[in-house]
Amino acid sequence: MATSTTQAAIAVAGLEKSYKDVHVLRGVDFEVERGSIFALLGSNGAGKTTIVNILSTLLKHDGGAAAVNGFDVASAAGDVRESISLTGQFAAVDEILTGRENLVLVARLRHLPNPGEIADGLLERFSLTEAGGRRTSTYSGGMRRRLDIAMSLIGNPPVIFLDEPTTGLDPEARLEVWGAVKDLAGAGTTVMLTTQTLDEAEHLADRIAILHEGRIIVNGTLAELKALLPPAKVEYVEKQPTLEDVYFAIVGGGAGGAGKGAATNREELS
Amino acid sequence: MSAYFVSDTNVLLGRSLRHITRSMDTIITTTLMPIAFLLLFVYVFGGAINTGSESYVSYLLPGILVITIASGISYTALRLFQDMQGGIFARFQSMPIARSAMLWSHVLTSLVANMVAVIVVVLVAFAIGFRSGAGVLAWLAVAGILLLLTLALTWIAVIPGLTAKSIDGASAFAYPLIFLPFISSAFVPTDTMPGPLAWFAENQPVTSIVNTLRNLLEQQPVGADIWIALAWCVGILVVAYAVAMAAYRKKTA
Ligand SMILES: Nc1ncnc2c1ncn2[C@@H]1O[C@H](COP(=O)(O)OP(=O)(O)OP(=O)(O)O)[C@@H](O)[C@H]1O
Ligand SMILES: [Mg+2]
Repeated sequence: MATSTTQAAIAVAGLEKSYKDVHVLRGVDFEVERGSIFALLGSNGAGKTTIVNILSTLLKHDGGAAAVNGFDVASAAGDVRESISLTGQFAAVDEILTGRENLVLVARLRHLPNPGEIADGLLERFSLTEAGGRRTSTYSGGMRRRLDIAMSLIGNPPVIFLDEPTTGLDPEARLEVWGAVKDLAGAGTTVMLTTQTLDEAEHLADRIAILHEGRIIVNGTLAELKALLPPAKVEYVEKQPTLEDVYFAIVGGGAGGAGKGAATNREELS
Repeated sequence: MSAYFVSDTNVLLGRSLRHITRSMDTIITTTLMPIAFLLLFVYVFGGAINTGSESYVSYLLPGILVITIASGISYTALRLFQDMQGGIFARFQSMPIARSAMLWSHVLTSLVANMVAVIVVVLVAFAIGFRSGAGVLAWLAVAGILLLLTLALTWIAVIPGLTAKSIDGASAFAYPLIFLPFISSAFVPTDTMPGPLAWFAENQPVTSIVNTLRNLLEQQPVGADIWIALAWCVGILVVAYAVAMAAYRKKTA
């Protein structure tokens, strides 16, 4: 596979997408550096899943351009699929197969030589060894999600998409997933994740972008995003602003979606 | 990538066959209704129906086999629909897998499952007195026609499997198919029906298929029926395949 290391792992320019009369993406621009973790934030219905689906070749865009690992998602979809792995918003595991069989299935579909070993290694890593021989229909939501993420790691693709990877996980499982994501990036994998929890973006991401009304309205490191808050406000709240503060200061309005914490933070700000 | 078509289809076929062996109830329910019809018609109505043939079971069996297949293929629609809903379809689509391997694995699974169901129904028919002196070639021809019919009807089933909005919608399409044999030569000779109905019965696909199967099993000449039957099967197959593939491309676009 011919890929150049100077190219961004993901490059999106002027991306547009409508569903019938709903204009969801109205010119989305961003780039993700190789080996970095990029978090995409946005309220419910902002279009995060739409972007992820376009980048993973599940959905065609209407305008603009998007490339993953140097391959155009429209004209070189096959090469894009060779380069990526997707963990969708809702766990995509086979309910009738066991956890181990799910992993073996994906390893075989990726044409890897030793599916059994790969499966056992991942079961171990995601604390699923005991449950590995059971059908996944008997798994809890969190176990299913962990298996789902494990399935995405098979074959070590250079770019991984995680659409709300920790939604519904308990704190321990969440840390496990965070650890896996950091390991991936440490090993040179590019990770793009979407999240509702700003805390997660703060902990994981090298760069954070906020999608609002069809466009990326901010894109920067955590420090850059925090610098966007007027200093006077910072003194007033007597503590470092959290990303949540930044989010609501920029997005404004009660667009909803970020949970209960939002209301209290907004009060402090105004 | 199409270099992997065979191996990918094979891996996915293994997956959906495992679905079947882990829910044998789908095969049992597939055969229950045709077996019930078989018993009902042989023991309840059979005595009053005059088909001109020696054994009503033998007369009836080909039509019952068509019903078996028509009800069996609805599981393909159901399984495909469940894959689409569960997100596993999206996962496969985002992987470097040969594009149509996913559909072919479901279609091949349908062929296997329906042949098992057909064998079960034939065994029950044997138990209640069906006999045939047909030779190996005739039996092979019967199997070939049933396989071709299953293939054609399965591609029809793929369409609602891909496009249905609800699980009921995904299986409801099969009812007209199950009903079709009743207005054909499957249960009674068509010449006892009133004019327009007889015309429909004479010219719809089930009649030529059933007549061919019956003649093969009764060691009678198949005449032109076999060509009409094959033309129907191939015609349905080509149209259903084209529509299903178009729906598939639209889904993955
Ligand atoms: N298949 C579809 N047909 C019509 N509208 C759709 C479709 N998929 C998404 N939409 C609409 O597009 C918008 C963006 O949806 P998307 O799923 O990308 O949002 P999201 O940011 O992932 O939201 P969430 O945080 O709730 O997952 C929403 O208004 C949604 O209703
Ligand atoms: Mg989403």
